[in-house]
Amino acid sequence: MNAPVRKIAIAVLVLFTLLIVNANVIQVFQADSLRTDAGNTRVLIDEYSRQRGSIVVDGQPIVTSVPTDDALQYLRQYAAGPVYAPATGFYSLIYGPSAIERTENDLLAGSDDRLLVRQITDLFTGRDPKGGNVLLTLNPAAQQAAFDALQGVTGAAVALDPRTGAILAMASTPSYDPNLLSSHEPSAIREYAAQLDAAEPDPRLNRATQDNFPPGSVFKTVIAAAALSDGYTPETMIPAPDVLELPGTSATLRNFGGSSCSGSGEQSMIDALTISCNTAFAQLGITLGEERVREMAAGFGIAGEGFAIPLPVAPSLLGDIESEAALGQSSIGQRDVRLTPLNAAMIASCIANDGQLLAPYLVSGIQGPDLSVLDEADPEVFSEPISADVANDLTTMMVSVVENGSGEAAQIEGIEVAGKTGTAEVADGVNPHTWFIGFAPADDPQIAVAVFVANGGSSSSEQTGGAVSAPIGRAIMEAALGS
Amino acid sequence: MSVLAAAPPVPAGAPPTRRNTELLMLAFACLLTVGAQSIVDLTVTGSLTVEVATFGASFTAIWLVAHLVVRKLAPYADPLLLPATALLCGLGLVVIHRLDLAEAAEAALDGGSAPGAQAPTQLIWALVGLVLFIAVLAIIRDHRALARYAYTLMFLGLIALAIPAVLPSSLSEVNGAKLWILLGGFSIQPGEFAKVALICFFAAYLVDKRDVLSLASRRFLGLDFPRGRDLGPVILAWAVSLLVLIFERDLGSSLLIFGIFMVMLYVATERFSWVLIGLLMFVGGAYVAYQSFGHVRVRVDVWLDPFAYRDDEGFQIVQALFGLGTGGLFGTGLGGGRPATVPFASTDFIASAIGEELGLFGLVALIVLFLLIVERGLRTALVVRDSFGKLLAAGLAFTVAWQVFVVLGGVTKLIPLTGLTTPFVSYGGSSLVANFALIALLMRISDAARRPAVVMTPKTDLFDAPTQIVKATEHA
Repeated sequence: MNAPVRKIAIAVLVLFTLLIVNANVIQVFQADSLRTDAGNTRVLIDEYSRQRGSIVVDGQPIVTSVPTDDALQYLRQYAAGPVYAPATGFYSLIYGPSAIERTENDLLAGSDDRLLVRQITDLFTGRDPKGGNVLLTLNPAAQQAAFDALQGVTGAAVALDPRTGAILAMASTPSYDPNLLSSHEPSAIREYAAQLDAAEPDPRLNRATQDNFPPGSVFKTVIAAAALSDGYTPETMIPAPDVLELPGTSATLRNFGGSSCSGSGEQSMIDALTISCNTAFAQLGITLGEERVREMAAGFGIAGEGFAIPLPVAPSLLGDIESEAALGQSSIGQRDVRLTPLNAAMIASCIANDGQLLAPYLVSGIQGPDLSVLDEADPEVFSEPISADVANDLTTMMVSVVENGSGEAAQIEGIEVAGKTGTAEVADGVNPHTWFIGFAPADDPQIAVAVFVANGGSSSSEQTGGAVSAPIGRAIMEAALGS
Repeated sequence: MSVLAAAPPVPAGAPPTRRNTELLMLAFACLLTVGAQSIVDLTVTGSLTVEVATFGASFTAIWLVAHLVVRKLAPYADPLLLPATALLCGLGLVVIHRLDLAEAAEAALDGGSAPGAQAPTQLIWALVGLVLFIAVLAIIRDHRALARYAYTLMFLGLIALAIPAVLPSSLSEVNGAKLWILLGGFSIQPGEFAKVALICFFAAYLVDKRDVLSLASRRFLGLDFPRGRDLGPVILAWAVSLLVLIFERDLGSSLLIFGIFMVMLYVATERFSWVLIGLLMFVGGAYVAYQSFGHVRVRVDVWLDPFAYRDDEGFQIVQALFGLGTGGLFGTGLGGGRPATVPFASTDFIASAIGEELGLFGLVALIVLFLLIVERGLRTALVVRDSFGKLLAAGLAFTVAWQVFVVLGGVTKLIPLTGLTTPFVSYGGSSLVANFALIALLMRISDAARRPAVVMTPKTDLFDAPTQIVKATEHA
């Protein structure tokens, strides 16, 4: 009977080999997909059971995880939740993390490789693992001012430090309370989410980065930059007719409210920008040509491509320009030109920083749970679309806008402010969007801002970008400069 | 039964008994178990209590006693069987304790009272198992004596198997399977004991009838097929398995009994044609079962695509797979995972808890430990001199292998899921106690196998007589 016993032994070996091979398949090859499957609550509960890192602004933690008595052990708390919501996002049991909570999740959750040393020592010392902290570039005064000034309207404001690209403020209204989406009560989360779903406009949309809008006259700074780079000076006289016949069409282009720019039909570029003359800049754009306009726009980041700050930023773009007429309309920021408010702030930032555009960023550094610095942001040059001379000329022109033109509402006592307003027509019977971009102090810029108010204007000339958005820009700059 | 033959005297210059090796390995198994228990307590509760010491002392005492008994009653027994069993049992106790803590923590959060802890009960069952282990070694001094009680054992086995089927559901049904005897707070799974009794019967019966069963009647496709009238016992075993499936809704036991019988038949007759016939009958039975029983169909459908049933019938297996995947290579560490997410983790699905917390390495170690026991059992079958012992040892060893394959294969989605316990590891008194008896029998046979031959009184036993007149092999 020994022969069959030996065969049985081999059969058993085969069966057990099958078991082991199968275990390998599941625990090695399929492990990742099984571990991250949406139905696998282990990872999520594990993440909740560790103390998640804080999100810190100016040394103060604004998002913290506090111990609770329930199964999930730690509750995410957002101080001044709605103010910072566009940046922080939420950390939801049902909807997962968003914004910084999402992009920096590995670090906050403690699984990032940069925490490896800490993880290993935790393993040996039996210390409870914790997540690292994320430091934001935001300036609390500027952020609060932006949020407050945007109350009651639908809009967004972004402030950048032109010298580094650090994002000093990023507000979007209406906002929401991330605390309510991050609670431990699934029913309460769903109820609040349903409320947000029903709300119009969407409170969860970060208008500063996630959507783009027609910029109107704000875009004239880009045309002016292209002209100055091509040898124009602020004093160069350019055609500024009352009515511009768009080439190749029977359509005409007029100034805002049908007003006249200059009695002579000609004016200096600085004057044209100061009063935001539409016909002058439409003609200037046509004269420069599509290629030149596109080139300059791309230099300012308006190239149809998104980027990350690390929040994903929607692309800013010119759209198709199929004719000279279209080029004329595009040159004054109408037609298919779309800018994110962040990108509008980048234009101001570039001019403020002598023509060097620094890449905007929101995370200034990361810390281990023991507050040791693991990494610090390194400012990076995004592009250099214009020379310092051109930037200085543009600054002169934008100071004129605030001192004598459409941007007077942005004036700050004792500080020279440069700016440009915009009022973008959206559709017939719909109020135009109003814009303001600017920076201060003009001679030593420390902050560049962009303010966007959706449908903030009216067809009457009082409610333009200068009247609605410029004061918001001033409030943010004042707060940041501490005056 | 003390009339059975007493152990013959040990001659001078006998081969080493290897009992000290066994003791050393047992100490290692106990150390590992107590260490693992401490890790669980430290990780989950953050503190070590005196309970770890009492647990460690009781556990070590059980195996020390078992070892001393073996020293006295089966000094030549295989030295690996007991330590491997101890480690499996210890691992099981640790994981059951770990699951107890998880259940208690969950209950505390929900504000309810904790369910009764299973680990202390399991430890008591281990103690009962020890008593049976000692009893088997003490009463059965010569395994060959068992052959004399073959039909009694068959009778007892069949009755044990049948009791749950005839009892009303209230006294026999748990989670849809009707294989229990529920008395007061106690639950016994008589099938586990029936398994051991039936293997003894199979061994005796097949040794008795092997010559008849080996008779070839015709050759077909290069194989010698048995005579039609000799198919009787096979059909009986097949029928019993089907009855278990129908009346107790227990796919696992049904598959187990039939598989064991077919393999023992093959070993006894050395005819591969029997295996082929068995496979055909299995396929036929399986097909009929799939067609006629909803619960079998559900099992197969869930096996084919568990994720399609992830919220209902497939929840358990899907959660087990999640656990295994989360464990990965090294596991989450004892106490670091969430094995209690899987329903019935301490019984049928204890392997998924081990795979989650100890990783692929832990799970493979578990499989290898079983392999060690099985191959030691088969080696005993090769070495032991009498046919009954050979067949019995092979049957017992294969039973462990087959049960491990069916249950682990089910948990890891290699084959459709059937409700079976993981021997020595799963929570459940009947399984643990019955498997203690199984190991005792294996050790008894291996004692006989390794005992120096010189002192064996030559016997003209029917089993050993050279009666293999017709001895055709498949190569013939």
